[in-house]
This record gives sequence, structure tokens and C-alpha cells, in this order.
Amino acid sequence: MTTAPSAAPPDERVGSARLVDRLVLRPEIGALLGALLVFVFFTAVTERFLSAGGVATWLDDASTLGIMAVAVALLMIGGEFDLSAGVMTASTALVTAVLATRLGWNVWLALLASLVFALAVGALNGWLVLRTGLPSFIVTLGTFLALQGLNLGVTRLVTGTVQVSGMRSAEGYSSAGFLFASTFTLGGATFYVSIAWWVLFTIAAALVLVRTRFGNWIYAVGGSALSSRAVGVPVVRTKVLLFMTTAGAAWLVGSINILRFTSVQANQGIGLEFQFIIAAVIGGCLLTGGFGSAVGAAIGALIFGMARQGIVYANWNSDWFQLFLGVMLLAAVLVNNALRRRAERVRR
Amino acid sequence: MSVPTGRTLLEVRGIGKTHGSVIALKDVSTSVGAGEVTCVLGDNGAGKSTLIKVLAGVHQHDSGEYLVDGSPVRFSSPREALDLGIATVYQDLAVVPLMSVWRNFFLGSEPTVGFGPFRFLDRRRGREVTRRALADMGIDLRDVEQPVGTLSGGERQCVAIARAVHFGAKVLILDEPTAALGVKQAGVVLKYVAQARDRGLGVVLITHNPHHAYPVGDRFLLLKRGRALGTYRKSEIGLEELTRQMAGGVELDALAHELRGVDELRGADG
Repeated sequence: MTTAPSAAPPDERVGSARLVDRLVLRPEIGALLGALLVFVFFTAVTERFLSAGGVATWLDDASTLGIMAVAVALLMIGGEFDLSAGVMTASTALVTAVLATRLGWNVWLALLASLVFALAVGALNGWLVLRTGLPSFIVTLGTFLALQGLNLGVTRLVTGTVQVSGMRSAEGYSSAGFLFASTFTLGGATFYVSIAWWVLFTIAAALVLVRTRFGNWIYAVGGSALSSRAVGVPVVRTKVLLFMTTAGAAWLVGSINILRFTSVQANQGIGLEFQFIIAAVIGGCLLTGGFGSAVGAAIGALIFGMARQGIVYANWNSDWFQLFLGVMLLAAVLVNNALRRRAERVRR
Repeated sequence: MSVPTGRTLLEVRGIGKTHGSVIALKDVSTSVGAGEVTCVLGDNGAGKSTLIKVLAGVHQHDSGEYLVDGSPVRFSSPREALDLGIATVYQDLAVVPLMSVWRNFFLGSEPTVGFGPFRFLDRRRGREVTRRALADMGIDLRDVEQPVGTLSGGERQCVAIARAVHFGAKVLILDEPTAALGVKQAGVVLKYVAQARDRGLGVVLITHNPHHAYPVGDRFLLLKRGRALGTYRKSEIGLEELTRQMAGGVELDALAHELRGVDELRGADG
């Protein structure tokens, strides 16, 4: 019987080939290469892409998508989906706008109320999924439709139209706007503060995921909920908190939108939920859970932003974006699948 | 290592469990002492799984008594059983395949540094303790950062057993640890079962293979259709008798007779 040394010297059987293996096991490696490719391509074919103004534009495009993609990635690693995430960004904006403009609430108070609303819907999603044991795909499809109906119905009831506007005149707008929708100048271009929110949120999510107990539990409940429960991981609490995190992120994005544009359409946000999932998958998340990365999802969103704006700068028809998206998604899923087989490879 | 053996750690008396109108377990009694291995044997559907789920805190018993260290208990979750030192290693669910060995090892009991919102995983300690704990059990792994899914079935069971031993389990419940394994791998797992026993743990080993149970077992509980067929100490029963009882004794004789009949028929045809 050989006894492995407990101190630092690495095992002699761990050769240099393991380095490649370990690199391949990083979920975000594929997304990083993809992002590099897209970046180099559009830098080469267009002039404005790498200008300060161009960078500010595609970073801004990626930022709100990125915040959601990171939250959705955490949820997907935890083994669940949230189809209501897209429409949730509109619901939270509508709640804030209606309370601030129709009822005359202070913007901060309206934001707080809409955060409570978001967390409650998130908790409801989680509770329904875990209580019924139904796939989250179908449960959140229900919440998605319900919220979509509520958004349109309530908005029409309150305003008689399908949009709420007039945030600018609400009390507390300037201070709240400063936090969520201000701009800063860097290298002669104007950057939105949402980019900073995106970066901060990604860093926080990555730290939680890799460096905390809760992060360990996220991987575990997504990898095998039954095994996790057997060793004492609070599966229900972990998953409900993940649904609430997604809803909370939707609130952040909703707040950024309503304070920047000062008006919100009741049918906004529909269809975005798939973009979040696509960005998370491009970033290395497995659809089956238990594997993925927050940084990867942020990079997935970055690819989105760069491609969407790059196509505009190259003066192509934006129809091509969907083609690009489809190819990207397929490539990502194929790569992820190969990675998982590598990670799950069983020797008996 | 000198260990006080025989002190009864866990005992069930006339325990029963029904699922609706189905009687899954009825009037089963057994016990596990420190440094002893109690084997639970039975065919599919004999009630083995129900028994361990009650012991592990997944199910609650409907009748009878469940005693841990002499005092009656009723668990509402596996966590409560774990807190009393009763750890269960399930056949298929022992580990999360996509997670690394050390993250699996510490899952649910992760070491942290810092305080408040800045409590982070102590990854260095996690890796080192895992490597040392596995080495203490005689398990030599190349790399504790590799996903558990890359280990063999036997190695996975061993990691789960080492984890339970490390986190101070007094009683280790093993659900068919050798069922999906080859002969050599099964031997390795049984070696760790013996190791755990020698460290003074009480072990409940569930299996349908008497050849795996007999070498390590001190006490044998035979289950059939949810009831106890008998409890034997090792001195009271031989491997052959155990195998015969387990396969259903009389029924096996009848089956042998039937098969002979088939043979004769084939002989008549040819």
C-alpha cells in the first residue's frame, strides 16, 4: 500500500498532460476563445469597433444581458431554468414606474417595493418547483405567461395605454438615476454605469460560486440533488435562493432600464429569457446542471454584445445576427457535451 | 488499535413501515455494536431499502422502536441522523460526479476561513485534509482536484466511506456498496468496510450477496417480504446455510427440482 504524502509535492503520476485536461475542464475556456475570435474579426473588418465610442456601445449592450446571464447561469448550475426571467425585467420596471408616477411614491421607495415583488415571485417560482417536483421549465413557463398577462393588463388598467412614462418628474429620480443610469467618461467616450454593475455582479457571483459553501452547494444540488440531501445540503433553501437571485437580478436590470429610458413598454422583455440561457450555455453551463461558470456567462453576454454591434458597424443587415447566434449556440453545446463526457467518464 | 467492541450503538425493536396499504417492513429487530458489522441480506423487495431509509432518517417508522445509544429517536431528515453520527453511503448517490474529489469529500461540511459575509472556503485545507484522510484509509489518489466521475465505481464508494469515517460517524450504513462492482473492486470496498469496523465504527452492510457479507459480517439479519427470516451471529451459521436461507431455502430446492425436470424433458426430446 502506498501512502500519498500529505504535504505539497505533487504526485509523480500527475504529468503535464493533466494541465491540458484541467484547462479543458474550465467551463469558460470555449467562450473565451469565441469572444477573442469575434473581437479580432470585427476589429479587422470595421473601424469603429475598437474606437472608444464603439467599445462603450457594445459593452453597454452586453451589460444588462450579462447581469441576467450570470444570474441565470447560477440557477442553471443549480439544475433549474427560469423562463420568467426576461419578462421579469419588464415587470419590475413597471412596478417601479407605476408606483412612482401614478401613486407619487418616492423613487427609492418604489424601487424597494418592486424589489420585494421580484423576490416574492422568485421565491414563488422556487417553492412551486420544489413543492411539486415538476420541471422548472414548465413551472416558470407558467409564471412567464402570467407575468406577461399581468404586465399588459395592469398597465392598461392604470394608464389606459401599454406604456408607463414620466419617471423624470418623480421624486428621488436624480439620486436613483445616478446609481443605476448615470454615465462616466473614459478615453473620450461615454460609458453607462450599468457596465460597472455588470462587472461587480459577475465578480460577486464568481466568488460566491467558487469560494463559498453556498457556491459548493449550487454545484452539488445541480449535479445530484439526492446525493446532496443525503450529506446534509439544504437543497430546497439553495434552489429557492437561486430563483430569488435570478428575480433580484431582473429587478436590477429593470431598475437600470426604467431609470435610463424613463418609460417602459408593457410588452418589453419577452423573448429575452432565451438570450440569457443562450449566453449562459455559450459560457459553459450544462443544460443538465452541475457544471458551468459565472465568468463564462458574462463572456457569453460579451460575445452577444460584440456581435450585435459589430454587425451594425460592418453595415450588414441585422438579420445575420440570428444566424450567428444559432451557429454560436450549436458550437457551444457541442463543446460542452464533449467536456461533460470527459468529466463524467467512468472507469469500472 | 484497541476499541471497546460490543457497546450497542444502534438498535431497532419490532420496527415497521407501511406505504399506504403496502407493508414494506414489519416487526424487524436488530442491533449494531461498536466495532461490529451487521449484514442485512435479502432479495429484491425484501425490505432492505426501507430499513436503511428508516435508519438513515429518510423515512420515519410507523411502529416499533428505534434506539440510538439507548434512547429512542425519530428523525425527520438525514441531517438529524448525521448529527447523531449515523452516516449513510448510498449505492448510486454516494457522490456528485461532476464535482472534484475534495469538494465531494467536504460537501455539506465545508471548511471556511474568515467571518460574516466574507466566509470563504478553505480550499488549501480542504485539499490537504482530503488527501490525508483518504491516505489514512489506504486510498491513494492521484489528484484530489479531479472530478469524482473520473474515478472507478469502487474508488467512489471508498471516497464516500472515508468521508463518513472522517466526519466522525459512529455508525456507517452502506447500501449495496458492492452491487455494481467487479470481484476485485468489491474486495477493495470490503477491505475498507473492515477498516472502518477496526476503527470502532458500527457498520450496517446491506447486500444481496452472501459471499460479500460473510467474510466481514459479525451478525446477519435475513429479510424476506418485509419480515425478518432470522438473525444469526457468525458462530451460529455457515456461508452455505446463509446462502441457502437467503435464496429462500425450500423454494431453491423446488427450483432445482423444476430445472431438473426441464433437463429431463430436453433429454427426452433429443
